[in-house]
Amino acid sequence: MREMIKMVVVLTVLSSFSGGLLAAIRNNTKERIEYQQLKFVKGPAIRSILEGCSNDPIVDRFKIKDGDVEHSFFVGVFDGKPSTVALESFGKGFGGNIGVMVGVNVKEDTIVGVGVTTHSETPGVGSRAKTEPDFTAQFQGLPLKKEFKVKADGGQVDALSGATVTSRGVSAALTDAAGIYERVKPQLMEKLKTFAN
Amino acid sequence: MAKTLTQEFVKGLWDEIPPFRLVLGLCPTLAVTKTVENGIGMGLATTFVLVFSNILVSALRKIIPSKVRIACFIIVIATFVTVVELLMQAFTYPLFLKLGIFIPLIVVNCIVLGRAEAFASKNSVLASTADGLGIGVGFTLALGALGGVREILGNGTFLGKTVFGPAFQPFTFMVEAPGAFVCLGLMLCLMNLVGKK
Repeated sequence: MREMIKMVVVLTVLSSFSGGLLAAIRNNTKERIEYQQLKFVKGPAIRSILEGCSNDPIVDRFKIKDGDVEHSFFVGVFDGKPSTVALESFGKGFGGNIGVMVGVNVKEDTIVGVGVTTHSETPGVGSRAKTEPDFTAQFQGLPLKKEFKVKADGGQVDALSGATVTSRGVSAALTDAAGIYERVKPQLMEKLKTFAN
Repeated sequence: MAKTLTQEFVKGLWDEIPPFRLVLGLCPTLAVTKTVENGIGMGLATTFVLVFSNILVSALRKIIPSKVRIACFIIVIATFVTVVELLMQAFTYPLFLKLGIFIPLIVVNCIVLGRAEAFASKNSVLASTADGLGIGVGFTLALGALGGVREILGNGTFLGKTVFGPAFQPFTFMVEAPGAFVCLGLMLCLMNLVGKK
């Protein structure tokens, strides 16, 4: 019986000790890890969209709640003005969700750039949405409003040949981004003021 | 058992070098040694876990009841593996992305559990530290060597820098899974030839 109690006590103490240690380390590294993940997973897309901005968009980020979901926004400062934000939205592709980063000029409500962040599309077919700049370049300058559809569905988006489902996913993500942008724009403009200097 | 600390350390480098002499821990050995960088990164992560789990197991060896010792060892090891995982995410994110699932899998690496059971639970803290360090460094060297051979032959690079001229035709077989087996086999063979008395 005494041995039994000893086993229970030792295991309990050891587990709680390791639990405490891990919680402490997690708390201290949380922000750094979030920054690293953004930098290496979303960073390339953000940088290519906000090319030439004078700040670090991954540092200058904020969150806004849209209904139940919180979205991150990355600020691009051009000529001393925080005129552009990038936000990420998702659309269903051939192999799961496609993450699309959309850069918007908040004055004109136009798209400055689009880039795919995460996807699990077929390599060489759907994955071209990320690797072929021609595909994402077609969105540049379009107003970020209403619905985006591929031409086969009666829309305006030139689909990647052989990858219609992927193109639909990207279009759906853009439609989603347009919706989010419209809903949170008042809050967005408030937040952006804090980045002006 | 009157070995000096130096002897405890040195034995891990040749007499008991894990993948070649003990032929333990083959999963990471074969899977991550595509490049020197990966091999050494994996080796260092394992060394960290080995040293700290050896220290803690050895310090607690009189308190841990023998009936639940394996459970206690696993708690200790899993804690340190999670610590490594968090630290790698925070500070060396690109390497963490490359090693992926093999970092959490250090928990079930039989070298770590083997040293805890066979050495640390029977020896003093200092001897266990030396042992963990020796085995860890040996493991790192072994992975680095294997990674080096595979990277040079399979990619024509060493630590990312080109070794041969542009005329070199990469022997891609070496960076694929079967190449890992062949390469490990040849290195084992070489070790036995050299070590033969």
